[in-house]
Amino acid sequence: MTTEASRGAEAPPELVQLLTPEGERVEHPDYDIDLTPEDIRSLYRDLVLVRRIDLEAVALQRQGELGIWASLLGQEAAQIGSGRALTDVDMAFPTYREHGVAWCRDVDPVKLLGLFRGVNHGGWDPKEHNFHLYTIVIGSQTLHAVGYAMGIQRDDASAATIAYFGDGATSQGDVNESFIWASVFNAPIVFFCQNNQWAISEPLEKQSRIPLYRRASGFGFPGIRVDGNDVFACLAVTRKALEAARTGQGPTLIEAFTYRMGAHTTTDDPTRYRVASELEAWKLKDPIERVKAYLFKNEQADQAFFDAVDGEAAQLGADLRRRCLAMPDPEPLAIFDHVYSESHALMDQERAQFAAYLEGFAK
Amino acid sequence: MTIMSLSKALNEGMRQAMEDDPKVLIMGEDVGKLGGVFRVTDGLQKDFGEDRVIDTPLAESGIIGTAIGLALRGYRPVCEIQFDGFVFPAADQIITQLAKMPMRSLGAIKLPVVVRIPCGGGIGAVEHHSESPEAYFTHTAGLRVVACSNPADAYTMIQQAIRSDDPVIFFEPKRRYWEKADIDTDSTEWWPPLHAAKVVRPGTDATLLAYGPMVKTCLEAATAAEDDGRSLEVIDLRSLNPLDEPLVLESARRTGRVVVVHEAPVNNGFGAELAARITEQCFYHLESPVLRAGGFSTPYPPSKLEEHYLPDLDRVLDAVDRAFGY
Ligand SMILES: Cc1ncc(C[n+]2csc(CCOP(=O)(O)OP(=O)(O)O)c2C)c(N)n1
Ligand SMILES: [Mg+2]
Repeated sequence: MTTEASRGAEAPPELVQLLTPEGERVEHPDYDIDLTPEDIRSLYRDLVLVRRIDLEAVALQRQGELGIWASLLGQEAAQIGSGRALTDVDMAFPTYREHGVAWCRDVDPVKLLGLFRGVNHGGWDPKEHNFHLYTIVIGSQTLHAVGYAMGIQRDDASAATIAYFGDGATSQGDVNESFIWASVFNAPIVFFCQNNQWAISEPLEKQSRIPLYRRASGFGFPGIRVDGNDVFACLAVTRKALEAARTGQGPTLIEAFTYRMGAHTTTDDPTRYRVASELEAWKLKDPIERVKAYLFKNEQADQAFFDAVDGEAAQLGADLRRRCLAMPDPEPLAIFDHVYSESHALMDQERAQFAAYLEGFAK
Repeated sequence: MTIMSLSKALNEGMRQAMEDDPKVLIMGEDVGKLGGVFRVTDGLQKDFGEDRVIDTPLAESGIIGTAIGLALRGYRPVCEIQFDGFVFPAADQIITQLAKMPMRSLGAIKLPVVVRIPCGGGIGAVEHHSESPEAYFTHTAGLRVVACSNPADAYTMIQQAIRSDDPVIFFEPKRRYWEKADIDTDSTEWWPPLHAAKVVRPGTDATLLAYGPMVKTCLEAATAAEDDGRSLEVIDLRSLNPLDEPLVLESARRTGRVVVVHEAPVNNGFGAELAARITEQCFYHLESPVLRAGGFSTPYPPSKLEEHYLPDLDRVLDAVDRAFGY
């Protein structure tokens, strides 16, 4: 009962790439990008800083300061490239792993930690950043993103939404429904799928027999696969798709082909289901190293620049740690806050009862 | 006798069921090589193959919907829902199809599907990983709903659930997965029926009704109450639908005071059904109203607050105090 891999497969998928793993710039007829040395240095800085945030969070979890953490290691280029393609008016709907996109949306990294530390379920104001709360239930947010895009349409605004999700999520009913809605309503949305090859322990073959970007054609909109470890390509492809969305050309599915270099989360043990050589192969395609190589080779940055970024990263990490530890625990009665937007009799009753109960201990 | 953790007991129970009946299948997310995120299916794929232990696509509605199809074809699927909060994408298939199809077919169709759900809080998890959704399912006719609280029950109940010709929603107390007990795996004579409740600690002054993760909490409360000179009876319901009513009512009549304890919100929780039934049938025996200790009527809070949300020993004893206050 094994699947015949050949059935349903077509020509090998094309991958949009503008920067090779060795740091060579390559041209692509449809996706070119004009980046100044300053732009590239800035992208490099983003990549390094979000990796540092991530590493610090993993360390904080190991030391018991966070309950769990979902690492973005290996996916920095997909997130910074797509995140930097967004304009202020665009709206992003993340999963639980989009720390790099959050960075691009100016969400203070310490605010990302609240959910993982267990002090709140969100921690930032989505409206302030045009960056929605993290969504843990796989796929749900893709429908929210489409609905939001339908609102943009009805407002006659020049903006787009972007929905983030993983390779595993593409199996969910919600995600498939979101494709249908986006297509039927020609919604201004970009579906940004980070195919990091794994959904916890399940490899992509458990979700799909065809490359994920090809799913789009069945729904009636373009799909494109991009080198998810190439920040230039992710930026170029996402920019173009967002622009298409803003100008009434409807949805695009982008499959960012990348790799989850760490465990699924800090509670996962990948040695149970994947071989170490896979990681070694992907390390050669590291999203940061290739930008560094490019900058070096083209003499667009010197050692002083790289040292300065490293110094900034170290400081950011230390600062994040300090502010994580300083995060106050929520008050017990906060359990009852914001459940309803207007006063609610049962809430008031339970809050009062619980306050009296706690008072009893104080005495 | 073998010492087993609750998760291992489930694993051994499923292994036994798979050996006994080639139609038994395991399906779910990450149940294969990983052995499930709680390792409950550890090693089963290795021993029974990928056709019988199926890593499914990431889609809960798909898991239950295809399990129904497999059951129509004579299989007995045991579905793992990775966490309580993720059963909701499958709610449509469970409520509109799984629960009702046998009745619609006038008995021609049997759907021996087991839906395993790790439930409850207390493990410091992020949202959707600590829910107690049992009332949604006890409210749905056509489903049998059970909850194990300890390794021995886990071992027997999972096998009985798999043997049941009806769909069974099987709740597993995730914070008790690692608790161990000695289990007699050689004989089935000691097995209680799947839907029998059990007096796990006899007492005379009040009855605590619990299931799943709260049974242990109630046992601790009963021990603590002893110091105050109160003798609490603790009943592990084990089965919520059907309910072992005779056992519950007998205890209620004898002690005259009942406190129901569950993690799920008190408001519209399973305790409300118990309270109503006991009140209807034991009214003249009761010294106090049936009281309930449970979660608040709020979403499950961030983990730093869960110790306040979850009923603990103090909250249970507080309810007992109130029962004696009448
Ligand atoms: C509806 C639902 N089912 C199951 C889970 C448990 N779960 C969390 S992450 C995950 C895998 C997700 O894989 P993918 O979509 O590829 O995203 P990645 O984690 O790789 O970024 C699963 C099964 C969940 N969060 N939501
Ligand atoms: Mg993935």
